[in-house]
Amino acid sequence: MTTQPLETPIAAAPRPPRQKSRFNGGRVGLWVFVGIACFLSLVPFYLMFVWATLPSEKIFAVPPNLWFGNAFVENLQKMMEATNNMALRQFWNSLYIATLSTVTTLFFCSLAGFAFAMYDFKGKQYLFGFILITMLIPPLVMDIPSFLVMNNFLKWIGTPRTLWVPGMANAFGIFLMRQYIVSALPKSLIEAARLDGASEFGIYTRVVLPLIRPILATLGVVTFVGSWNNFKGALIMRLSEDSTMTLPLSLRKITGGASNVNADWGATLMMVVLTVIPLLIIFLFASRQVISGLTSGAVKD
Amino acid sequence: MQECVPLPTSPPRRRWSYDRFQQRFAPYIFTSPFFILFLIFGLFPLGFSLFLAFHLWNPLDGLGNWRYVGWENFQLALGAPDQFWVSLKNTVWIGLLSGVPQHLVALPLAFVINQALRRYQGAISTILFLPYITNAVAITIVFGMLYSENLGLLNYALSVVGLGPVRWLAVPDLVPVSVAVVVFWRYVGWNVILYLSGLQAISEDVYEAATVDGASNVQKFFYITLPLLRPMMFYAFTLTIVGNMQLFEEPFIMTGQGGGSGGTALTSAMHIYNVAFRDLDMGYSSAMAWLLFLAIFVLSMINNYLFSRGGGRS
Repeated sequence: MTTQPLETPIAAAPRPPRQKSRFNGGRVGLWVFVGIACFLSLVPFYLMFVWATLPSEKIFAVPPNLWFGNAFVENLQKMMEATNNMALRQFWNSLYIATLSTVTTLFFCSLAGFAFAMYDFKGKQYLFGFILITMLIPPLVMDIPSFLVMNNFLKWIGTPRTLWVPGMANAFGIFLMRQYIVSALPKSLIEAARLDGASEFGIYTRVVLPLIRPILATLGVVTFVGSWNNFKGALIMRLSEDSTMTLPLSLRKITGGASNVNADWGATLMMVVLTVIPLLIIFLFASRQVISGLTSGAVKD
Repeated sequence: MQECVPLPTSPPRRRWSYDRFQQRFAPYIFTSPFFILFLIFGLFPLGFSLFLAFHLWNPLDGLGNWRYVGWENFQLALGAPDQFWVSLKNTVWIGLLSGVPQHLVALPLAFVINQALRRYQGAISTILFLPYITNAVAITIVFGMLYSENLGLLNYALSVVGLGPVRWLAVPDLVPVSVAVVVFWRYVGWNVILYLSGLQAISEDVYEAATVDGASNVQKFFYITLPLLRPMMFYAFTLTIVGNMQLFEEPFIMTGQGGGSGGTALTSAMHIYNVAFRDLDMGYSSAMAWLLFLAIFVLSMINNYLFSRGGGRS
């Protein structure tokens, strides 16, 4: 370093080349560390796909079978039997709830987020502060009284509504939308649209919505995944008939919990795959949206 | 010509006032869904739950047929023989078993990815994030199969190196560990992502300066990364605490409603669920839910205190 002081002012203009050789020794170690982490993250997924194609008696075997078998169709049939032919119906139930949940959340949260971002109105700070505070309520405290409201007041127990209506306009979504709109849309845009004679709701549908597509994708994916994975909610709201169950509930029913030795493993694994595949597909196409959506709560300041 | 004439007041005025009306009230109308929903599905239930905590009530008896019992529900929960303390202990233990290693692994992992493997960061974080978005029920079943005593993959792997079969889900002391492994597996990647987004906020110049001064990677980690990552660590710790204290799905699926042999994986959330929906004792379970809320609050405050104490110096 001491022999090159003359060179540095000259080299300062172009970007100095990365000293790749610096890591040569430790680099292998780093790759091993990260490689093991990635490997362990993926193994359970690999196993569930392999197992779903193995006949039930070969799923548990010594030595274990670690390559795909040809019992895929057989397991599919077993799964249909184990669920009284309701597996696809249950898939639809999950899809129906997740879709409604996503569409309504996107609409109400973006509308409220737009209002908080673009209007100056009396009590705005308090209302927004209040919304943020509600995020601090642990969901667990709400479980029992939510059930009672659905059961004793609204008589909604056992219906899909119990799962998508309460969260339609939620604090996280409103917060996410508001942050994005504040940073992405200039207020002058709104004023220009207003001068052109657009109504306030027209501004929302025709000006704002098309411009906030990226954040809509983010919130949409996050909401969909959250709803798809919601097990406790469906359990508490008693979507317990074969025809009303969501996939996670049905999955628990056919295994009776992971420790149940009597479960048909071929059928179970097929259902595991059926539950996980939509998530994998979504994630494959929208991993960036999911990641940015879920971490955006972290970068408030 | 007509533009010069003063506009007639009455017809445009009605239009104008409607415009004003909708302009003035639009923000209130646009934000009202949240408040209406929160009133019905948030505020009212919260109040009702607080009310029930001081009553004895079976929901099958119908509304109104409750009996005021004062602090009895809370006393019952905190009294020595009750399961609530045990469940709280289980919850904290599983929380520590999964939470501490989570951060001990995620921090250096994020550091390494950020320092040396940045080019592959997208692919790596996608892989590591996959467990987090996966269905908890589905993945817990897969782990349950790995734990199988005689035919599970884990015990097979152990037998290859000559170790005897471990009864992962049968030995009471081991069940919390088995559950914690699933929780650990699900959330490590999530924490890596959080730390990565925190690391990206740290300017490259700081590291370059340290390199010029001859700092090693380990030194950079302890003297630059850790101090500058404090806010993100605080956030990640808070999420872990709040999440782990409400742990439900993994132990519920892995061990069944009772928390496995010896009930060592019976978390507070499971216990509250059982008392509410199996025993139909809504008052008692509500009281315990509020006690758990209090426990979460206290732990978050301790976390907050620990982070703010050292934070004042910078």
